[in-house]
Amino acid sequence: MSALASIPQISARRRRTDRIMRGVLLAGAVIALIPLVLILYYLLKNGLKTWSGNFFTTDPTGAFFGNQGGIRSAILGSLEIVALATLIAIPIGIGVALYLTEYGMEGWFAQTVRYFVDVMTGVPSIMFGLFIYIVLVTAHIGGGFTAWKGSVALALLMLPIVVRSAEVVLLLVPSGLREAALALGAPRWRVIFRVVLPTAAPGLVTGSLLAVARGMGETAPLLFTVSTAFGLTGNLGAQMNTLPFQIYTDIQSPNPAIVARAWGAGLTLVILVLILNVAARTIARRSRMA
Amino acid sequence: MEASVTTVTGGRSIFERSPASRLPDRALRWGLSGLATLILIIIAYFFARLIGQSGSVFNRYGLSFVFGNDWDTSRNIYHGAALVVGTLITSAIALLIGVPVAVASAVFINELCPRRLRGILSVLIDLLAAVPSVVYGLWGVFVLAPKLLPVEKWFASTFSFIPWIGGGVPTLYNYFIAGLILAVMVLPIVSAISREVIATVPSEHKEAALALGATRWEMIRMAVMPYSRPGITGGAMLGLGRALGETIAVVLLIGAAPTIGHHLFQQGYTLAAVIASEFGEAQDIHLSALFAAGLVLFVLTLIVNIIARWIVARGSHGTRGTGATGMTIASGPATER
Repeated sequence: MSALASIPQISARRRRTDRIMRGVLLAGAVIALIPLVLILYYLLKNGLKTWSGNFFTTDPTGAFFGNQGGIRSAILGSLEIVALATLIAIPIGIGVALYLTEYGMEGWFAQTVRYFVDVMTGVPSIMFGLFIYIVLVTAHIGGGFTAWKGSVALALLMLPIVVRSAEVVLLLVPSGLREAALALGAPRWRVIFRVVLPTAAPGLVTGSLLAVARGMGETAPLLFTVSTAFGLTGNLGAQMNTLPFQIYTDIQSPNPAIVARAWGAGLTLVILVLILNVAARTIARRSRMA
Repeated sequence: MEASVTTVTGGRSIFERSPASRLPDRALRWGLSGLATLILIIIAYFFARLIGQSGSVFNRYGLSFVFGNDWDTSRNIYHGAALVVGTLITSAIALLIGVPVAVASAVFINELCPRRLRGILSVLIDLLAAVPSVVYGLWGVFVLAPKLLPVEKWFASTFSFIPWIGGGVPTLYNYFIAGLILAVMVLPIVSAISREVIATVPSEHKEAALALGATRWEMIRMAVMPYSRPGITGGAMLGLGRALGETIAVVLLIGAAPTIGHHLFQQGYTLAAVIASEFGEAQDIHLSALFAAGLVLFVLTLIVNIIARWIVARGSHGTRGTGATGMTIASGPATER
């Protein structure tokens, strides 16, 4: 006590400033949480009402009055388009990341690729739609608006996310493992497929799931590539209904019943995206990498 | 070593692989290099095609496409200053509101928050990034815009003496609402990058400040902020990149009027929004004009992103860009982006 007494007191003004500024920072954190709480609240409040067996098992009819139908074709269409996009983006993305970590490393070419992948992450999603529209839709390759073109647009959007997250994870694979395998006489491709990729697998899955979640919620790229349809179709060469697009068109309807369907579809979409995010986080936490 | 022991037929060392067994190695190497080249080709090709498609508009209008203020589809005239201005105004509002909140939340989480709450708070703010933009639009149109209308009206009449605020609130959808929803969308990006940057502040700096008798706030102001300012600035620039190009939520909330509003609560348009909403009925020169709007937007976001990455890289204190910050920049705040 006597030793402490010799320490000069903090003046009242400084203490007051400290308390006020702590309050301001706390307020910032609270304000940052408000939108999330409000969005989830309204999604649940307006969305759950519309959920029923019918909602998930019927297709939208396009009718303004009477039976508007549910969102079955939208859910299945979204899943289909995103699945194809994933099949395109993940092998290419992980391939590019492997090139960067295993071959290119710090060379000028790898640095250039790395830089442009970074640049791609900042490109607005609508630009990918525009690109595919110019290259594939106006050129009428395999018809006008088709689902697979939407997948290509989403794949381009997901690609940089996959590359960057995969590169981070691949760099975490201890070089001792690679060197040990090489020293035992394994050729490079075996080292990559039998040592590097399995070691990095959980992290690669995490990054890929986050990319899928991102692709799932995007509307703008689909606007210019898939257009939309009401009915259920498994044909990737035709126009297709998707969840984001259905929400987008339903929002603009003057009919409250159709707007209600937008809330139900919005809740469904958010839950799908959250499941992907939670899965990614769980996998990341289970493994020590990523 | 004896030659007879270490070589096989053909004079090859036994430590060397046969040409045949080296084939898969070579194939993999060239295959992966090919994929990497593909990315560069795609970007270059896109840029070339976009310039080609919008060429006729730039031939006709030249730079007045960007600076002229007259966008009228019925007369087929396309001068896009209103779009550029709308894009800049909404993005500026987004940063003015979003960045202070994001930085305050990041400082709170890293420096003041009890350790147990830290993880959950970060996850919750990151979740904002996972919400699809069409859902932001849905919420904005049916909740935010109608509920805030009285507040906007009160604000506009009370503070009407401030330039660009007076003039009432003529529409439900306006620059402010669009900017506000963008602020919410920018928030998780800026917050996540700020958190990572603040986490790299050496604890010696903070302890030194506290040991000299600084209060918590003084420690934050004198040790934490100067060290993390470049990184936070870069994060804000990345948020700006996001705000400039955001489409769906904005097209629903901006009011879709291709004119330059005279005050904050007037309707307008943005580059991305005009593409999304007029694309359906556009033909010939109109379609070309939309591509040109896309080109302007593309160049704008490229510049912003390049500056942002340069600032982040410079401010990351020697850690390589592929570290934790690189991951955030790439995939968004640990969730989506």
